[in-house]
Amino acid sequence: MPLIENGKLVEDRFIRVADEDETLPASTPVLLSLDRFLKEEEALKSANVEVGLIWPNNKPIAEIAPYLPRLALVALNFPTFRDGRAYSQARLLRERLGWKGPLRAVGNVLRDQFLIMARSGFDQIVPVKPADAQAFDAAMHSYTVFYQPTGDGRKSLLRARLGRSATRADDNGSSDRGAAA
Amino acid sequence: MYVYDEFDRAFLAERVADFRDQVERRLSGALSEDEFKPLRLMNGVYLQLHAYMLRIAIPYGTLSSDQLRRMAHVARVYDRGYGHFTTRQNIQFNWIKLEDLPQAMADLGEVGVHGIQTSGNCIRNVTTDQWAGATPEEFDDPRIWAEILRQYSTFHPEFTYLPRKFKIAITAAPKDRAATKVHDVGLRLHRNEDGELGFEVLVGGGLGRTPFVGKSIRPFLPVRHVLSYIEAIMRVYNQFGRRDNIYKARIKILVHEIGAEAFAQAVEAEWANIRDGALKLTDEIIDDIRARFLYPDFAALEAEPAELKAALEDPRFATWYRNSVHKHKVPGYSIVTISLKPVGAPPGDATADQMDVVADLADAYAFHEIRVGHEQNLCLPNVATKDLPELWRQLDAAELATPNVNHISDIIACPGLDYCALANARAIPVAQEISKRFADLDRSRGIGRLHVNISGCINACGHHHVGHIGILGVEKNGQEFYQITLGGRADEHAQLGTLLGPAVSYDQVPGLIEDIVDAYLELRSSPKELFIDTVHRLGVEPFKERVYATH
Repeated sequence: MPLIENGKLVEDRFIRVADEDETLPASTPVLLSLDRFLKEEEALKSANVEVGLIWPNNKPIAEIAPYLPRLALVALNFPTFRDGRAYSQARLLRERLGWKGPLRAVGNVLRDQFLIMARSGFDQIVPVKPADAQAFDAAMHSYTVFYQPTGDGRKSLLRARLGRSATRADDNGSSDRGAAA
Repeated sequence: MYVYDEFDRAFLAERVADFRDQVERRLSGALSEDEFKPLRLMNGVYLQLHAYMLRIAIPYGTLSSDQLRRMAHVARVYDRGYGHFTTRQNIQFNWIKLEDLPQAMADLGEVGVHGIQTSGNCIRNVTTDQWAGATPEEFDDPRIWAEILRQYSTFHPEFTYLPRKFKIAITAAPKDRAATKVHDVGLRLHRNEDGELGFEVLVGGGLGRTPFVGKSIRPFLPVRHVLSYIEAIMRVYNQFGRRDNIYKARIKILVHEIGAEAFAQAVEAEWANIRDGALKLTDEIIDDIRARFLYPDFAALEAEPAELKAALEDPRFATWYRNSVHKHKVPGYSIVTISLKPVGAPPGDATADQMDVVADLADAYAFHEIRVGHEQNLCLPNVATKDLPELWRQLDAAELATPNVNHISDIIACPGLDYCALANARAIPVAQEISKRFADLDRSRGIGRLHVNISGCINACGHHHVGHIGILGVEKNGQEFYQITLGGRADEHAQLGTLLGPAVSYDQVPGLIEDIVDAYLELRSSPKELFIDTVHRLGVEPFKERVYATH
């Protein structure tokens, strides 16, 4: 499946290793479930490979904090596109836990959700449908007006409206970095 | 009225274009029906029994005359000449074709009207008191806060795929006309001892198959924190609300299962992290929104003008005046309720011609503004009292002056089995038959305030749990049956009705309602004791004995 990072189609360096696969590939970045990650914790430390972790929807994202220094990638799952738990996890990961590394949306990832994924902090997207990957740019530019501040740095109307008045011009340029602001 | 600015208009145009593209992708097969469904729902498009239905938001129940006229246009051109006002300050068009939908939306979009978030598992149209800005009872205009929440919740990236739908209602008056205690979140605006404006926050109220009255989780939240606190509630719900069972996915189940106290603690813990962040409202932000609400230029008028005194000589006008006109905060002005419950008609329906009449009357007498209330009636919030006689004459000519507001024939009913794919039983014909039985205005006035609410299924769109008399349609062996509850109410003393006894058949319902009313007339301590108070004082047993003895 194609991988889009910050709007560009890129090669996926990570190999997704299923829980039942026997051995970890040597010297290749791997993307693991939490179960597998915990099981291989010691081996991974000594192997010195880059590790990506798929954090489950049903665990509070705050519990990922101790592992973050050892991760090269975090992935959050959309079991169906109608299941929005990962949006909250993504925002908390970015805005509360301060994760600056790549954040990947996996699962039932569809075009009509690309923009809100980006707004929630995802910078990597693995679309299910090839046609959706082609339409990435259009999907990301379908809206120019955003009412609410999130951690994505886009200016929200809450501030933009004020930016209209000359006396408050200083607000115009500042981003709306969410919780940390 | 709130006036859309260039940002609101740009967003709306982008949304219409987005939906047009989604419809095209659905028609080409690029989107499956399963993938398309949540997208169309979030634009107010349902697939009903016979056709697609378009639900249009009337944010906090406020409409301009131009917007109402445009709804008449949509009813005439794309539908069958009428629309249906709902209990959530929305309007529904029941017969629109899918291929006409994008154009109907574009027509509505030109006057700033849309169906965004009138369905789907997102934050829905925020509702409030239809007398906002006009009633002397309120602490502030609740629409300011509803508008702030409308903007905040519009296409919110984090909260567009919640476990289930999410409804917020606001009251700014002690007398709750917005049913805030039976919403996912109810906000009660008031002032604390220091005169500061803030909200009491209730969560986990709701009707449907598992009804609850909302629980207070914070007695006073300063208004500047309203968005961060709502965000904290939404974030807790989005992560921990159940997704394994659609019937247990509303926030009321989460609050019930973990307890209001534990829920409140989770919200407070989340809020502590964000309360001083980007969502904190400054005075500038609040003033900016407030400044976009334009208020009528009220004149200094006599509180009791000669025109009114003369007109009150006419008993028909006097009856309507006493029933449908309410006190305004500015002397010389009045609030007028327009009953959409003429005897024998579907509750909440208005024809395109009636919408045009109301729009014209709003232009002539009410500063171009119309309101929709959750009781499915319309309201002209700002009418000069001296103009009431002429206004009444014209409403009467359009069959819009039935003086039955808050009477037994002022029934709330869902569309029921006549339209709805979910319904088990009809609701509209039941309402029509009851209103015919109580068509005699002297009789219904003698009965006094009595709210009858009818739902055609357990999803409770007709709010039967909170009707003084609640009627719930169920299906038994392929037949329509109806359960009756007594003593429910949706106001500041909200409570759920108590089941009266075994369900009865469709044909028995009107007679049973008459028996309940007869029992009340016999049981009440005086003509001043309202039906709801008699039920509260005596419980349902004395009603049950009398009613079921005769059947």
